[in-house]
Amino acid sequence: MGQVIVETSDLTKTYDGFTAVDQLNLGIEEGEIFGFLGPNGAGKTTTILMLLGLTEPTSGTAKVCGYNPTREPLQVKRIVGYLPEKVGFYEDLTARQNLKYTAELNNLLKKEAEERISALLATVGLSKVADEEVAKFSRGMKQRLGIADILVKEPKLAFLDEPTVGIDPKGIDDILNLMVRIAKKGVTIIFCSHQLPQVQKVCTQIGIIAKGHLVAEGPIDRLGRQALGGGRYRIEVQVSQPDPKLIELIKNIKGVIDVSGTPESLLVTCDTDLRSQIAKTTVDSGSSLIGMKIEEFSLEKIYKKYFREA
Amino acid sequence: MYAIFRKELADQFNSRRFVILFALAFLAAIFAIYIATQSIRSEVTSSTEFIFLKIFTTSGKNLPSFLFFISLFIPIIGIALGFDAISSERSSGNLSRLLSQPIYRDAVINGKFLAGLTVLAIIIASVIAIVAGLGLRIIGVPPSSEGLLRLVVFALISIIYGAFWMALAVLFSIFFNRAATSMLASIGLWIFFFFFMSVIAGAIANAQVPLGSNPTLEMITRNSEIAGAIARISPCTLYGEATAALLVPELGSLNSAIMMISTLTAGRMLTPLPFSQSLLLAWPQLVSIIALAAICFAVSYIRFMRQEIRSI
Repeated sequence: MGQVIVETSDLTKTYDGFTAVDQLNLGIEEGEIFGFLGPNGAGKTTTILMLLGLTEPTSGTAKVCGYNPTREPLQVKRIVGYLPEKVGFYEDLTARQNLKYTAELNNLLKKEAEERISALLATVGLSKVADEEVAKFSRGMKQRLGIADILVKEPKLAFLDEPTVGIDPKGIDDILNLMVRIAKKGVTIIFCSHQLPQVQKVCTQIGIIAKGHLVAEGPIDRLGRQALGGGRYRIEVQVSQPDPKLIELIKNIKGVIDVSGTPESLLVTCDTDLRSQIAKTTVDSGSSLIGMKIEEFSLEKIYKKYFREA
Repeated sequence: MYAIFRKELADQFNSRRFVILFALAFLAAIFAIYIATQSIRSEVTSSTEFIFLKIFTTSGKNLPSFLFFISLFIPIIGIALGFDAISSERSSGNLSRLLSQPIYRDAVINGKFLAGLTVLAIIIASVIAIVAGLGLRIIGVPPSSEGLLRLVVFALISIIYGAFWMALAVLFSIFFNRAATSMLASIGLWIFFFFFMSVIAGAIANAQVPLGSNPTLEMITRNSEIAGAIARISPCTLYGEATAALLVPELGSLNSAIMMISTLTAGRMLTPLPFSQSLLLAWPQLVSIIALAAICFAVSYIRFMRQEIRSI
């Protein structure tokens, strides 16, 4: 794993007596897609605003790429892209003109900017409408334009605040795929959301925030194990005329964590998809296999568990 | 900041708002010229020195002068250019995107203000130029160099006055999230200053120094002093007085009672003051307008710099 790119220590923000972010300690490594999860009003956006230097922390410190966002906001903003939740563009300008303005604000050379903008518009699939006014764009198109907008400055780190809210399923897929592609190019992404399945699809690491506290942080599978007390998959095996030793045999398969249930209907928890091994073991033991159902734990379960605790 | 200035300027020029404002100002100019040509002959006597400036100040029987028109329009133009400066950025979702770019935050407000000021200057200068040009063509009397100087200073004051209203509107656009609220607040303040301030000033002066049926000269002077002092809280009064001092060289004092009395005692039109004296007369008003504009801008600047971008 790479270097730590975002680090906060005891980061706190109080608005008129209300603590939005409470002693947050966060560490995000380079090259990750970090899922920043939490219900509305948990303090996700406030955290991002502090990391960008748009809001001053009440106490505690933050470091983004080695810079302090409160003291050196320009250095941070030069290498960090931010896609706000309710992103807007100048509606009477075209997509290309909007991106050009961003390029100008970033002091890019005109020629370089033009080439980069055309390439980016192609990346986000907006080449055909590049010279149409943004007013005609759908929400999904605006979000994709927003992603192009933050890439204009070729950032090291990108904050995407609820980029998939209010978008149709196809649009959501487009955005998630884009995120994966950007991450492959070496941009660290912080993806704020409360849409769990989407976070699960793309994120390697997650942090869960509730009422300003970070309640869980780490790789998804580890959190899942912690939350569910078991492996990542749960396989239900239905067997008729089970061999008495079958439970023992399945337990001996490498990777199986636990076996429970009745002999006719076994519940196997494991870290990898062991269906073929289980099937082979079952058949080899002389029992007849009727069916198998696999269930991957969902992030929702982790999420709900932590919220109950918070 | 240059990028913001250029974009804002381009936005202003491309907007319908600019076309409407310019058309409005253009109409005012044409109308003022019409009124001036209708009634300028009766105003001009053989002793009149600054015939050219009369184009700007001559009013018809029931029709107002160009000076009145422009004092009405400048606040409207200023407010129209500034009322949604920040609030529209916020409500359209552009503000946080803009502020996450590597620019100093004050570049946003400076760039917007400068762009507005440029547009304002262009509108005011072109309107005055239209009136001056058409006036020259119609009455055929070229302005003296002093007349021209007075006109240039008049244009400058007008621009600063417009800048004050724009700064005020920008200020409201920072404080209020909705553009409509900020526009209403600016227009409300303008109506108060323009229409009610003189009435209030008169009422207070009359309460302080009742004139009765047979007032002495001293009482009249005192009364008009008090009324003037209170009315000068209003930037509209300040602008009116400053421009009157510049465009009506015969004006020897800004106290209406003293003027009236001296006209009566002299029994004729007064001789015009030299430019430096007129400027001196308008100086306090001029400085006050500049100060008001500066204060409004400074408050908006500080407020905008300190304003936190909130998630909610």
